[in-house]
Amino acid sequence: MKALSQRRRHPLAAIALLLMGLLLTGGLYAVASGANEAKAQSSPYTAEDVEEGKKLFVANCATCHGMSGQGTETGPSLVGVGAAAVHFQVGTGRMPLQMQGPQAKEKPPQFNEEETRQMAAYVASLGPGPAIPGEKALDTSDADPGNGGQLFRVNCAMCHNAAGAGGALTRGKFAPQLAGVEDVHVYEAMITGPQNMPVFNDATISPQGKQDIIAFLNTIESTPSPGGADLGSLGPVSEGLFVWTAGLGVIIAFTIWLTSRSS
Amino acid sequence: MSTSTAQYEPKTRVGRITNFVDQRVGGSGMVKEFGRKVFPDHWSFMFGEVALYSFVILLLTGTFLTFFFDPSMAETHYDGSYVPLKGVEMSVAYASALDISFDIRGGLFMRQMHHWAALLFVAAVSVHMLRVFFTGAFRKPRELNWVVGSVLLILGLAEGFTGYSLPDDLLSGNGLRIIDGVIKAIPVVGSYISFFLFGGEFPGTVIIPRLYVLHILLIPAIILLMIAIHLFMVVVHKHTQFPGPGRTNNNVVGFPVGPVYAAKAGGFFFIVFGVLALMAGFFTINPIWNYGPYDPSPISAGTQPDWYIGWVDGALRLMPGVGEFVIFGFTLSLNVLIPALGPALLLFTLMFTWPWLEAWVTKDKREHHLLDRPRNAPTRTAIGVAGVVFYCVMWAAASSDLIATHFSLSLNDVTYWLRALFFLGPIIGFLVAKRIALALQRKDREIALHGRETGRIVRLPHGEFIEVHEPLDEYHQYKLVNYESPEVVPPQPNAEGKITTAEKARGVLSRIFFEDRVAPPTPAEVEAAHSHGGHGEVEAEHEDQESLPRQ
Amino acid sequence: MAKRNSGNPNTPERVTGDAPSQLERHQDPGLPPHRPRLADKDPKAANRAEKQVSILFIVSIIGTLVFFIGYFGVDISNDVEALRLQNMLLGLGTAFAMLGIGTGIVHWAKTLMPDHEVVESRKPITKEADRADAERIVGDILDESGIKRRPLIRNTLLGAMVLAPLPAIAIFRDLGPLPGDKLSHTMWDEGVRLTLDPSGTPIRAADVTIGSAVHVIPEGLKEAEHKLEEKAKAVVLLMRLNPEDLDPSEGREDWGYEGIVAYSKICTHVGCPVALYEQQTHHLLCPCHQSTFDLTQECKVIFGPAVRPLPQLPITVNSEGYLVAQSDFHEPVGPSYWERG
Repeated sequence: MKALSQRRRHPLAAIALLLMGLLLTGGLYAVASGANEAKAQSSPYTAEDVEEGKKLFVANCATCHGMSGQGTETGPSLVGVGAAAVHFQVGTGRMPLQMQGPQAKEKPPQFNEEETRQMAAYVASLGPGPAIPGEKALDTSDADPGNGGQLFRVNCAMCHNAAGAGGALTRGKFAPQLAGVEDVHVYEAMITGPQNMPVFNDATISPQGKQDIIAFLNTIESTPSPGGADLGSLGPVSEGLFVWTAGLGVIIAFTIWLTSRSS
Repeated sequence: MSTSTAQYEPKTRVGRITNFVDQRVGGSGMVKEFGRKVFPDHWSFMFGEVALYSFVILLLTGTFLTFFFDPSMAETHYDGSYVPLKGVEMSVAYASALDISFDIRGGLFMRQMHHWAALLFVAAVSVHMLRVFFTGAFRKPRELNWVVGSVLLILGLAEGFTGYSLPDDLLSGNGLRIIDGVIKAIPVVGSYISFFLFGGEFPGTVIIPRLYVLHILLIPAIILLMIAIHLFMVVVHKHTQFPGPGRTNNNVVGFPVGPVYAAKAGGFFFIVFGVLALMAGFFTINPIWNYGPYDPSPISAGTQPDWYIGWVDGALRLMPGVGEFVIFGFTLSLNVLIPALGPALLLFTLMFTWPWLEAWVTKDKREHHLLDRPRNAPTRTAIGVAGVVFYCVMWAAASSDLIATHFSLSLNDVTYWLRALFFLGPIIGFLVAKRIALALQRKDREIALHGRETGRIVRLPHGEFIEVHEPLDEYHQYKLVNYESPEVVPPQPNAEGKITTAEKARGVLSRIFFEDRVAPPTPAEVEAAHSHGGHGEVEAEHEDQESLPRQ
Repeated sequence: MAKRNSGNPNTPERVTGDAPSQLERHQDPGLPPHRPRLADKDPKAANRAEKQVSILFIVSIIGTLVFFIGYFGVDISNDVEALRLQNMLLGLGTAFAMLGIGTGIVHWAKTLMPDHEVVESRKPITKEADRADAERIVGDILDESGIKRRPLIRNTLLGAMVLAPLPAIAIFRDLGPLPGDKLSHTMWDEGVRLTLDPSGTPIRAADVTIGSAVHVIPEGLKEAEHKLEEKAKAVVLLMRLNPEDLDPSEGREDWGYEGIVAYSKICTHVGCPVALYEQQTHHLLCPCHQSTFDLTQECKVIFGPAVRPLPQLPITVNSEGYLVAQSDFHEPVGPSYWERG
C-alpha cells in the first residue's frame, strides 16, 4: 500500500497512468474496430465494402443526401466530405438525423462499426476527402498536453469552453461538451468540421498539435478537480448559483435554529 | 488613585483584572453599557452578522494569500506541478496563483475559502439590505446607517472585482478587457482614463499591481472604517424589533449580550466559518488552472463575472445594437454607456434616497423602532419586489448562454424574452407583490375578526351547516391587529396657502401608496365581531365555548 | 378574551410625535408568559444538554486533528488526486473544528443559559437641551472666528481650499502615457505575413480550406516590444468560404483572396475576442455579450449590442504563396472611443 502510494506520487506516475489509460482505450478501440483501421489508412476500401456501403446509404441516407450523395434541399452534398466525416457523423449517432432542427444531436449510434466503415467507404468513393485517422495519427504517447492546452484555448475554447464543458452558439445551436468523446471522433471533428464547426486542417493545426489537443483533453478529463466538485465547470454562474442556494440555504437553516427557542 | 482603591477593593480574580483594566482605560463603563445590552432575536436579523463574519474570514484568508501571491505581470514559464500548463508562458501573478493552488499546502483551501467568503459576503450584504428594506428598518433614525450600508455594498462590489482580476487568468483578463471597453466609451476622457488606468495600452504591465494595492489596502481600509461607523450607529440606535405583545416603540425586548447573545453571536461566527470551510473543501471555485493564463487572443465560452457584477454584464448583453453616434467627428457609444451606467445609476440612486423619498411621501417624521411586516407595507414591498425582479432579469441575462444550452433554447430567443421582461418584469412584480400583500392583510384581518378556521363542521338545530372558527389567543390576536397603517395624506398648502407642484406630486404618490390600504381592525370592530351574533361562526362559538367569559 | 381587561405593565406608549390616526389602540397583552424549557424543569435534561455540548466540543477537537492529518499526512507534490484529498481533509477538519465550537456554544446558550427575555427601554438619542446648546456653541465659534464679518478672509480661504487639492489630482498624471494615435494603428502593414496563433507559422493561401477558421497574428509579434498590447489589437480571424457567398462592397473587392477573408477578432462592442465562427451560417458570435456578425455581409452586426461591423484586414498573396496584409486596418479596431470619429 505504502509502496504503491509512494510510486503514485512519482512525477511520472500521472503520465504513466495516463498512458496506461490511453493504451487501454486505444487497445479496446482497436479490438472493437478490428483491423479495419489499418486497412483504411494504407489502402482504400474493397469494392465489396463500397457496394455494401452503397446499399446501406441508399436505404438510410439517400432521402436527404440524394441517391448518389449529390445532396438535396434537406441535406448537403457528400461528395468530397471523406470517410472521416461519415465515421464521425454516424459513429456518434448524429446521422441519420432524428429530425430537422438547429443542429444534429448526439445519440446512440444506429450502425455498428462495420456498417459505418462500409458507408464511409462508399462516401469516400464519391470524391477525395479526409480519411479516418489511423492508430498512428491517434497515438498520443509523445504528445504535450501543455501545448495542446494552448492550442485548445486559441482554437476551441471560445465555443467548447476552457474546460470542454460546451457552450451556446446562435439560434439554438451549441458546441457540445467534450468529456466522454472518443479520441478518434475529436480528431475527425477537427479535420472535417462537422455542422457549424470550422475545419482545422493539418496546416492550421498540425497532426502533432491535434494529438497534443487530444492529450490535453484526456488529461483534464482524467484529472479530477483538485478543489472538489467542479459544479459543471461552468464558471462564475454556477458558483454564484451555489452560494445563493446551498451556501445561504445552510446559513439560513443555522440562523433559524439559532434563534428558535429550545424545547 | 489611592482614594479609589480605598473605595473598591477587589476580592475575586475577575475583580482584580477588572480593576487593573478599569483604572487604566476605564473599561467598567463599557461593561456597564454593553454587558447587559439587549438584542432582539429573529433569524432575519443575522444576515448582517453573516456579512461581518465573512469579512473577518476574508481578512484572515486574504492575509495568508498575500504572503504567497506575487502581483507582478512579468513574463515567466510555468514550472509547477500542474501538468497541462507545464512550460506555458504566463505572468508571474498567474504562476504564483497556480503555486498557491498546487504547491503550497493549504493554499488551494485558503484560496477557495477566500473566494467563497467573498461571494457570501456580498450575498449576505444584499440579503441584509433586502431585510432592512422590506421591514422598514431604514426609517428614522436609521437613514444614515442605511446609506453607510449602501456604501458598504458598493465597496464590496469594488473589492470583489479587484480580487477577481488578480490571478491574471484568461477569465479575469477578458473581464478587465470588458471594463476597458466600457471605460473607453466614456465621452471625452474615456481613452485617457483607460491609458492612465492600464499605464498605457491594454493590457499593459501595471494593472494587476495597481488593483492589488486597491484590493489589499485601500478598499479594505475603507470597508473597515465603514463597518466601524455602521456598528457604532447600531449601538447608538439599538436594534429594531418586530411588533408584538410587550414590544413597543420605546423598548427593546430580547436577550442580554452577556451571556446569551454573546454566546449565540460568537458561536455563529464559528458556524459561518465552518460552513465556508466545508464549501472550500468540497466545491471548486474559480478553477484558474482551467482557464489558462491571460492572452488577448483566446476566450472561453461562458465568460462571466462573479455573480455580483453579473447584472451589469447582463444589462450590456440585453442592449440592442443601437445608439452609437458620430457627432462633429466624435463618437458617442450609447449602446455601451446606457446599459453599463443606466441601471446601476437608477438602482443606486433609488437605494440611497429611498429613506427620504418614503418619509417625504408619508410625511412621517417620527422615529420608528418597530419593524413592519412586509405585508403591512404593501406598496413598499411591491416596489422592493419590482427592484428585485429588475435586478434578477439582468442577472439572468448574464447567463443567457447557459440558460440556452441547459434548457435547449435559442440564445437569441432567451435574449428577446429577457429584453421584454426587462421592462415588463418589474411591473408584473409590482402588481403581483402588491396584490399578494393586500390579500395577506385581508386574511389577517379576517382571522383577527372571526378567528381561525378549525375545519370542524357543525350542524345547527335549524339545519344550517357552519364551520367553527376558533378565536386566537390574545398574543397572536395582538400581532394581527397592532400595526401602523399609514393613510393617504392629500396635498397640503404651504405657509402662503399655495399647493406647490412638488406637493401635488407628493399627493399623487401618497395616493398610489395608500389608497387601497387594508385598515387594521379597530378595537371596536374586533369587539363587534366577537360579541354581536351577526355571523354564523360567532354563534357557533357561543354554543361551543359558552364557558369562556367574554367582554 | 377575558384577559384583555386585566391590564398589564407594558401598556403600549404612543410613538414619539403625532400619530396621524389610530388614536384608538388595541390593548397590549404584554409579553407572553415564560415557558420553561425541558432543561429548566428536568435536571436530567440539563445534564443531557451539558453532555451534548461537550460532545460537540470534542467533535471540534477531532476536526482539528483531521486538519493536521490532512496537512501533514498527505503528500501533494505532483499529484492532483492527493491535492484533492488534502483539500477535502482540510475542509472537513476545519468545518468540524469550527462547527463543533459554534454549534456547541449555541446549544449551550439555547439550553442552559437563561432564556428569559429582557425588556430594556430606549433612551432618546439626543436631548433637546443639548441640541440647543450645540447650536449656540457653533454660532459662538463662528462669531468669534469672525468669518462672517470678514468676507475677504472667507473668500480667499475658499479660493485657496479649492485650489489646494489640485496637485493631488495632477500628481497622478504619470499613471500612464496619453493615448495619442496608438488606438488607431496596429502591427499590420503592407507585406506583413499572416501567421498562426500561437506558433507564428506563416500561412499559405493553399493551406486554408473552405470552411476553416484560422486564428492569426502578424509575423514578428513574438519579437515585438509590447507583445501583449500589440496582440490585443492585431489578432485576426481568417476564414475561407465560397467566393460566391461573399459580396464585397465597392473598393473592397480585392481585400480578400479567392474567398479567404480576414477580420479583426476584437469586438466593436467592448473588446472581447469574437472568436466563434459558424462555418455554415457564416456568423461570428462574441461569447461575452452575444453580438453576432454576418461574414457574408462584411461582418455587419445582425444581433446583439455591437453597432459597428468588424474591421476587415485587406490581404493578398505574396510571390511565395503566403498570405500577407495589404496594409493596416483602414479604421481603428475594437471598442469605440470618443476621438475615434
